[in-house]
Amino acid sequence: MSEGQRDGSVLFTLPPFALAMGMTLAADEDGSPIVTMQFGAHSEGRPGFLHGGAIGGLLEMAGFAALSVHLARNGVNQRMKPINISIEYLRAGLPQPVYAIGQVVRAGRRVANVRVEAWQSDRAVPIASCWMNFHLAAPKG
Amino acid sequence: MAEHEPFTWRKQGPFDPAVAGELLSKLGHGGFLGMRYGDHGPDWFEAELPWREDLVGAGNKGVLASGPIISLFDNCTSMAIWTRRGCFVPHVTLDLRIDYVRAAVPGRSVIARAECYQLRGDLAFVRALAHDGDMADPLAHAAAIFMVLGDSE
Repeated sequence: MSEGQRDGSVLFTLPPFALAMGMTLAADEDGSPIVTMQFGAHSEGRPGFLHGGAIGGLLEMAGFAALSVHLARNGVNQRMKPINISIEYLRAGLPQPVYAIGQVVRAGRRVANVRVEAWQSDRAVPIASCWMNFHLAAPKG
Repeated sequence: MAEHEPFTWRKQGPFDPAVAGELLSKLGHGGFLGMRYGDHGPDWFEAELPWREDLVGAGNKGVLASGPIISLFDNCTSMAIWTRRGCFVPHVTLDLRIDYVRAAVPGRSVIARAECYQLRGDLAFVRALAHDGDMADPLAHAAAIFMVLGDSE
């Protein structure tokens, strides 16, 4: 297995929005991409807490990252378009870094189903989760 | 947190959506994204997210990321609740679902309009749509549920 296959974070590039939000990519022990977002005025909602939309944006980015890496590892070159997302907010987001990792439940020919979880100081205590459905299509020629 | 004193609309008195909307465009995440107050009615609130190059998403080609649209929905749905209540009651987002009907057109502002259609106990139910100029041709629909903040939070 090449370095690129082990470390999934190199198979996905963060878009401008993610960089503007101060998101960074790392890899977990399996090489799956973890997206991290720092707390700051840019991600603050209710004073002293993470904004629900910022958490949503992070979850979605981790969903994109997980699916991109999954497709790349399987040698699939497909365009991904989000169809829908449903976010559950489980706990208040504290003024600390927040992490998110996605899991591809299924990637078929036309649709991929992804689940994502976000946590802060304790991986076992999620602050938010979501499911996302993606439409897969052949790259534009 | 002293730097958040501009949240004067948290204090007593009726909720003024236009004033709150102005604060939305200055503070925190909404300020960072450059959201702007649009309009409101008895139970609805509208705001705009101007297109910006640094808010472009994955697959990019100038298309706004869906992340800022989630934030726009989160803010507008929240504001619609206070607009309908007529007063500010702190709450948290319990659940937010978004259906992306089509991609946003590069360079165009995204406008979201949210309507609070039900208040029941400590729950508030909201629906919303986002468009980029023509409300009859939306780019996303959303449904959200908020819960009044409990003592433990």
